[in-house]
Amino acid sequence: MEGFPILSLMMLVPLAGALVCLVAGAATARWIALGTTLVTFVLGVLLWSNFQTGGAQWQFTERAELFAGFSWALGIDGIALMLIMLSVFLMPICILASWDAIQKRVGEYMAAFLLMEVLMIGTFSAQDLFLFYIFFEAGLIPMYLIIGVWGGDNRIYASYKFFLYTLLGSVLMLIAMFWMVAEAGTSDIPTLMQYDFPPGAQTWLWLAFFASFAVKVPMWPFHTWLPDAHVQAPTAGSVILAGVLLKLGTYGFVRFSLPMFPEASAQFAWLVFALSMIAVVYTSLVALVQSDMKKLIAYSSVAHMAIVTVGLFAFNVQGLEGAMIVMLSHGLVSAALFLCVGVIYDRLHTREIARYGGLAINMPYYALFFLLFTMASIGLPGTSGFVGEFLALAGIYQASSLVALVATTGIILGAAYMLYLYRRVAFGGQVNEDAAAMRDISVREWAFLAPIAASVLWMGVYPESFLAPMRADIAVLDARLAAAAPASDSALTAGAPRAEAANALSHENGANHSSAEEGAH
Amino acid sequence: MQTQILLIVFAPLLAAVVAGLGNRMIGNVAAKSITTGALILSAVLSWPIFLGFIAGTETAEVVQVLKWVESGSLSFDWALRVDALTAVMLVVINTVSAIVHIYSWGYMEEDPDQPRFFAYLSLFTFAMLMLVTADNLVQMFFGWEGVGLASYLLIGFWFKKPSAGAAAIKAFVVNRVGDLGFMLGIFGTYLVFQTTSIPDILAEAPAMSGSTITFVGMRLYTMDILCILLFIGAMGKSAQLGLHTWLPDAMEGPTPVSALIHAATMVTAGVFMVCRLSPMFETAPTALMVVTVIGAATCFFAATIGTTQWDIKRVIAYSTCSQLGYMFFAAGVGAYGVAMLHLFTHAFFKALLFLGAGSVIHAMHHEQDMRYYGGLRKRIPFTFYAMLAGTLAITGLGVYHLGVGFAGFWSKDAVLEVAFARGTQISVMSFWLGVGAALLTSFYSWRLMFLTFWGKPRWIESEHIQHSVHKTPEQAGEDTTGGYHPHESPVSMLFPLGVLTLGAVAAGQVFAPSFLDNAAFWAGSIFYNEPLIHAMHAVPYWVKYSALVVMLLGFAGAYLAYIAKPDIPAKFVATFGGLHNFVYRKWYFDELYDRIFVKPAFWLGRQFWKLGDIGTIDRFGPNGIAWVVDRSAVAARSIQTGYLYTYALIMLLGLVAAITYVLL
Repeated sequence: MEGFPILSLMMLVPLAGALVCLVAGAATARWIALGTTLVTFVLGVLLWSNFQTGGAQWQFTERAELFAGFSWALGIDGIALMLIMLSVFLMPICILASWDAIQKRVGEYMAAFLLMEVLMIGTFSAQDLFLFYIFFEAGLIPMYLIIGVWGGDNRIYASYKFFLYTLLGSVLMLIAMFWMVAEAGTSDIPTLMQYDFPPGAQTWLWLAFFASFAVKVPMWPFHTWLPDAHVQAPTAGSVILAGVLLKLGTYGFVRFSLPMFPEASAQFAWLVFALSMIAVVYTSLVALVQSDMKKLIAYSSVAHMAIVTVGLFAFNVQGLEGAMIVMLSHGLVSAALFLCVGVIYDRLHTREIARYGGLAINMPYYALFFLLFTMASIGLPGTSGFVGEFLALAGIYQASSLVALVATTGIILGAAYMLYLYRRVAFGGQVNEDAAAMRDISVREWAFLAPIAASVLWMGVYPESFLAPMRADIAVLDARLAAAAPASDSALTAGAPRAEAANALSHENGANHSSAEEGAH
Repeated sequence: MQTQILLIVFAPLLAAVVAGLGNRMIGNVAAKSITTGALILSAVLSWPIFLGFIAGTETAEVVQVLKWVESGSLSFDWALRVDALTAVMLVVINTVSAIVHIYSWGYMEEDPDQPRFFAYLSLFTFAMLMLVTADNLVQMFFGWEGVGLASYLLIGFWFKKPSAGAAAIKAFVVNRVGDLGFMLGIFGTYLVFQTTSIPDILAEAPAMSGSTITFVGMRLYTMDILCILLFIGAMGKSAQLGLHTWLPDAMEGPTPVSALIHAATMVTAGVFMVCRLSPMFETAPTALMVVTVIGAATCFFAATIGTTQWDIKRVIAYSTCSQLGYMFFAAGVGAYGVAMLHLFTHAFFKALLFLGAGSVIHAMHHEQDMRYYGGLRKRIPFTFYAMLAGTLAITGLGVYHLGVGFAGFWSKDAVLEVAFARGTQISVMSFWLGVGAALLTSFYSWRLMFLTFWGKPRWIESEHIQHSVHKTPEQAGEDTTGGYHPHESPVSMLFPLGVLTLGAVAAGQVFAPSFLDNAAFWAGSIFYNEPLIHAMHAVPYWVKYSALVVMLLGFAGAYLAYIAKPDIPAKFVATFGGLHNFVYRKWYFDELYDRIFVKPAFWLGRQFWKLGDIGTIDRFGPNGIAWVVDRSAVAARSIQTGYLYTYALIMLLGLVAAITYVLL
């Protein structure tokens, strides 16, 4: 694969597909979109299989100088590879999920999705600061259109809110980028990742980037656009939004904030922790009282993404790797949950939880898939959700037991709102006749749920496949962060070991000595 | 032994997958045969391993299966460890599970969803086996959560009943509270020891016993806080005081489930965990004190509730809770072998009592209220004798000087003796609470027997029976049976009762010497405290006979109240209404938790949503900006046409503007 511009090709294929879709009729557009995304996925598999684990940090690099120091520079490390895989994996699924649900302007719709794929691959593989910026921000456009044109009744408000929030942060980030390029004399991301910005400047640069990323993640209190956007978006829009777009924010932390401004990251870790801790408790409780399925899952996304941010700012390998796995896992699981909502929405055209009930009776396989994804969402060991959460929380525990304690309450609250949802949808009697008459999942629905289910279990049982490509990159990042890492609050101090076991008994009457209350303590 | 271990653990998983996914395609008989066959295989393979450890011919073995996670210095594998402690659990789990599978052929005969039921049972068994064969804490947690999932699914098996769905959620969420402790315990353990491998942790724990650590701002002894956190996990799974509320509700599940999961195996996982980590707990005196106190308190508390309940399964559920308390305080005072012996014998006699109760319920057309039983001794004699054996076992009939007794005699008496022998204030207090609980145990067990099997039939009052015979009590008149004739259960249910009866009678007699006195049998798999065992055997005779005395007192009390003078209970309730209500309402734990956790959580959620998100963030954030924009530029509205081309145009212009800006 040496020298072959596979990354450009992976962007070119969907771009070409998008152009064709624009002019094609509805039926043709569907097949073209499906074919294109599948070809891109195959290219992605080729990319992964040719990726040299333990090889150079940046692989498949391409560079073409354009103008004014601005270059078409692409290249990926293991972290980007995994996120690209997530994107190209979810894309054909989105197309399948929209097959019957979208009936108006099908060509444009498919084109919007394919364009989004181009932009996502671009964002994750850009090696030039401004190229990244363009992809990163342009990704909003198709999403904005998908919500605004194919969305629900209140789509205008939702897309407006989505746009306002996300735009606001970007302006600050762009200004910071200009300053950085002027200071470092290059817009090359790998170079910038090694550049030591003066600590004073790091502070405001970090804040400028934070403004953009925190909205994208989204972190509390910048999260209120997400539930509205999800509720109004068509199913596939929610899948991409939850599956990939939310990861742009945390990817930004991994790629920019942490390696470029390590001192400032350490300085502001408390801020990230505070917002994340609030997010876990606050949004989980809000999720508990939702009566709209999509809102519930949207709020749960905020809580899960808070685990990612907590892990990233733990400043150790477990935290970083855990955060990455949560990103991948959440990408799969929340996407699958939105698909599960979509499956029954397509049948009954309501997201109202109370309109369902007893689906385990008439839709047993649906109930099985929904159960699996529910369990993955609440981090049951053996699913992807556990591996990520466990590592991220184990990482943060080393930094702060308080943050770990609060963040881990998410496993209780998460179980509460997800099982409460599952109970209302799948358990209970068949109270609504139309819900009771729904048929079980079709072949097409099998085709998009089963691959995600398999991936969730794969990542849960043998996460090594996903950790191995990222290991070297995380080690580099960890080494760069090591100097700035704040001290652990555990402060383990050795003491003289006790002479004997707590319940040691001498051969005399044991009543008066070595009692549990009066031991060596 | 490698192949056997792999077969024992993975055969149930394979069977669960085939039966679960095959479901209606392969049909009832195939699904039931595959799962039951797999479990019989596992059980048959487990016994030689266990007996090999008893005989001293087996040694501990670890089978590496697959790498699981490697992240920096944190790495753990899928691996199956079998040592003496695991071998004990293997026979308990697989024997009871195989028996319960067989029993369910009869019990679930008329259920339309049998493949799903059997798949869940086998899945549960697999998870439980992963738990007890864990070589590291994370795999133990995998099993821990896996059994939680299976328990959730089986409690909610009859998911059409709203109460079953509620009970299933409650079980999972309350267990998660415990799991929070377990997870933090694992994180802390990794932080301190840089490993999650159990043998490594146990080897290094003593060296850490004097060290201190900060946890959430508190300066604590490292080993104490780690062990307490882990023990919180054990409290959840084993339904100890405070985290016990889910267990009685779990009785919503089919009775075979109660026998397997909520009596014999899953709920003992906490005890197993403390025993598995016993060398670690022995470095943590305060943590052990907590274990002892919680265990003793639970053992007494749950027994009081057991004396007032009318639902036959709930009585046995509280009994289970109470018996688990015995196991914990035995572990707390350092007698892990004794705790394991009680776990072992309890598995047989408690599974027997549950399956016996299931047989009664089966005979009584799903009626579970003992007020509507009566006089069943002659109607279902086989069930009666099995239940009688179970009752004699749980109440611990046996005579020290003769050296004979039912299973519970060997284990419960050992628990009480060792608590007394330990000689600290806490342990002696536990001894007295344990004696008190033994009195109550005997009372409620005999109460159950008398209400069910003695006296006159009362079942025409039962709605279930009324539905069956299409009669009201008035129509039935003098005939309090209403013409309903309870019938003995089929052989598939009676055979399991027979096997378990054997265990309830003989398990203590046969295996107590190995569990209690044979350090070589345990071979280092638990912390074996030789002097304590000697002290246990040397306690005064009044201690050794105390359990027998209170057992007879409890029997006499129950006989008096429910056979000789049946008006006593009513008089008691009339006189001590407040006390009775307090106990009958389960010390108001459910009401309390509802007030301080459940309702506030929903209330807070609504406040955060309505006042936080909508009322504050949106109001001053995007809506505020929108308001400003609206005011300043009403014209902006005219472009919000909802047409694609306007948006596309605006976005395109925006993109062009952005690119231009970048390039400049």
